[in-house]
This record gives sequence, C-alpha cells and structure tokens, in this order.
Amino acid sequence: MIEYLEKIKQISKRLLEDGRVDMVIGFKKGTVPMMNEPCFAKSSGEVEKFVWDSNCGINLANYLTGRNEKIGIVAKGCDSRNIVTHIIENKIKREQLYIIGIPCQGMIDKRRIAAMFEREIQSVTEKEAKITVQGEDFEKTLDKESVLQSNCSICIHRNPVISDELVADPVEEQKDVDRYLDVRKIEAMTTGEKWQYFEDMLAPCIRCYACRNACPLCYCPTCFVDEHRPQWVGKSQDPTDTRTFHFLRAYHCAGRCTDCGACERACPVDIPVRQFTKKLEKDCLELFEWEAGMSLDIRPPLDTYRPDDPDDFIK
Amino acid sequence: MEHMGIDSGRLQFSWVSSAESTKFVDVVKEVTEAIKALGPNNTFVKSETKVA
Repeated sequence: MIEYLEKIKQISKRLLEDGRVDMVIGFKKGTVPMMNEPCFAKSSGEVEKFVWDSNCGINLANYLTGRNEKIGIVAKGCDSRNIVTHIIENKIKREQLYIIGIPCQGMIDKRRIAAMFEREIQSVTEKEAKITVQGEDFEKTLDKESVLQSNCSICIHRNPVISDELVADPVEEQKDVDRYLDVRKIEAMTTGEKWQYFEDMLAPCIRCYACRNACPLCYCPTCFVDEHRPQWVGKSQDPTDTRTFHFLRAYHCAGRCTDCGACERACPVDIPVRQFTKKLEKDCLELFEWEAGMSLDIRPPLDTYRPDDPDDFIK
Repeated sequence: MEHMGIDSGRLQFSWVSSAESTKFVDVVKEVTEAIKALGPNNTFVKSETKVA
C-alpha cells in the first residue's frame, strides 16, 4: 500500500508539473478513522496530502460528471468501470482523462470493524494484510480478508479495465466467487416473504439520499425525488414512498451498476441497499451476458436492440 | 418488481398493434379477470388520507 502511495504521488506530480492535467483526484486522510475523503490536487504541493490505504472506498468517478478540465484520476477496478460508463454516457471525454490505475485488494468495512468494539476507535493502521485497530485502552490486530466490504469480498474485477498507467503489477483476480448467493436466497422466498424482507430492510431508512449522492450513476440535474412539478413520489418517510425511492433508484442503475459499494458505504443506518441493484446486475448478466463498464466499444444492453433480446414476459 | 415482493400476477406486459383490436379486447379481458381473481392489493399502496 505504501508503495502504491509513493507511485500515485510520483505520477500525480509529474502530470501536474508537465501540465498534462489541471488536477488530480485522489484521496486524503479523513477527520475520523476509516473515512478517507476525496482530494482534488491542483498543484504538485497539494499532492502531498494524498493517501492510499484500505479506506478509499468512495467511488471517485462520481466527481467527473460534466467536468471540462483535464483530469488525472486515481481508479480502482470498480472506479475504472464507472469511468467507462461515464465515457459511454457522454459525461466526460476519454481525452480529458489520465487514469492512474490501482490494482485493488479490497476496501475494509468500517461498520463491521466499529461493531466489533464497544469503545470508540481512535486509529486504524495497516501493514500488509493485517489491520490494527486502536482505541483508548485497547488494541487488536485483524486479518484484512475477514473485514472486507461485502462487495469487495465478492469482487471479480479488482484490476482497472482502463488506465493510462498502473501503479503496480495487476493483482490476481478472485476466482470461483459466488457473487449472487444473497440474491438467490431472496429469489427462493415467496412473494409475501420478499415483501416483508424489503419492508424490514428499509424500515430504518431516513431518506437522506446519501446512497444516491455517493453513486456515480446518479447525475441527473434534478433527481426524480426532488421534483415537485410533477411530484413523482411523496417526500415523507411513509414506507411506500421510501420503497418507491429505493426501487426507482435501483432501476435507474439497471445495466450500469458496477457493484462498487459506494451506496452501501454511504448509508448512515446500515441498509444493505445493494440488495436492489444486485438483482438487476444478476439479471443483466443472465439475460444479456452483460457486466457494466467493461469496454468502451460495446453499447449497454438497455440502449441497444437485438432481435434475440429476451421477451418471454410480453404476451 | 417481482423480486421486491409485488405479486407477479399484477404485472402484465403485452404488445398490441393499433390494428389488433381483437387482441386488445382479449388482453383487457384476460388482465381484468386475472386481477379480479387476485383481489385487492394490500402492498405498495398508500391510504388516501396519507396521499392528501
């Protein structure tokens, strides 16, 4: 990880000094442990603020929408797939970007770690595959593997799919991963059980829209939930309105979601919001053999017509 | 929709050309019969007082 950081800084400085880019988007240390923030470095001096560790789960592609400058961006596997999606959807041009690719080994789940300790965590450090958590009167070392974000533990595209330069050799991709165990569990339920499952799952939702804001796919100038003429959905915390929001949010991500986990990471009340998008992701894979953001040359299934598109549901 | 717990019988898609009036009638009949058989929907509804 330390080697990654040195390389990120070195590349970023070179890009800024050569005038190849106007800014580099990376991460800086957050004000609380396990919460790194995005960092926009416009001079080589600012590059010194950059960090890289297992708390860089925010999807930086989110900050590219509609930008006009030339940008260097630090990209993990999932970020790179969202960059591809952004380019396909004309939200940024490939020529504007210099992609600093990070072969990723997964990000850690800050909530799972916080839940393991009763007292406040004051610092989290890592060395190789070990995470050391420290508080006022405790210290514990954990295996990184055991505290990965759930989307990272089932990730099969850790290496960037598009990049101008990699900070290290590609990492080995995970194989034989069962990506949809949780989705199949829900599929096996009866209609009533499914309804109840999502009812319970969404009960704590406070409609803060953090999941939407963290998502690089959600870039509409005015989101449907914020419109009031016409008002598509109630703004209250009525369970029907809340469900409509989550349901439509997921649908807007159909065929575009890369399962980067930014939504789930941003949720302040621990709702596993990926349960909605994952079903759509699974369907896209099964119906159209599609994984979002893998290539600049293939149009997404929902904006192309093929005579053999599945249509069994139409009578 | 079905995954989220909406009864799949309540969700129907059909492709009817403007020239296929008989097919349209058939589809409408089929759908209304199917929905009547299912009875009133109790999920994903908001009471009128709440909507106001």
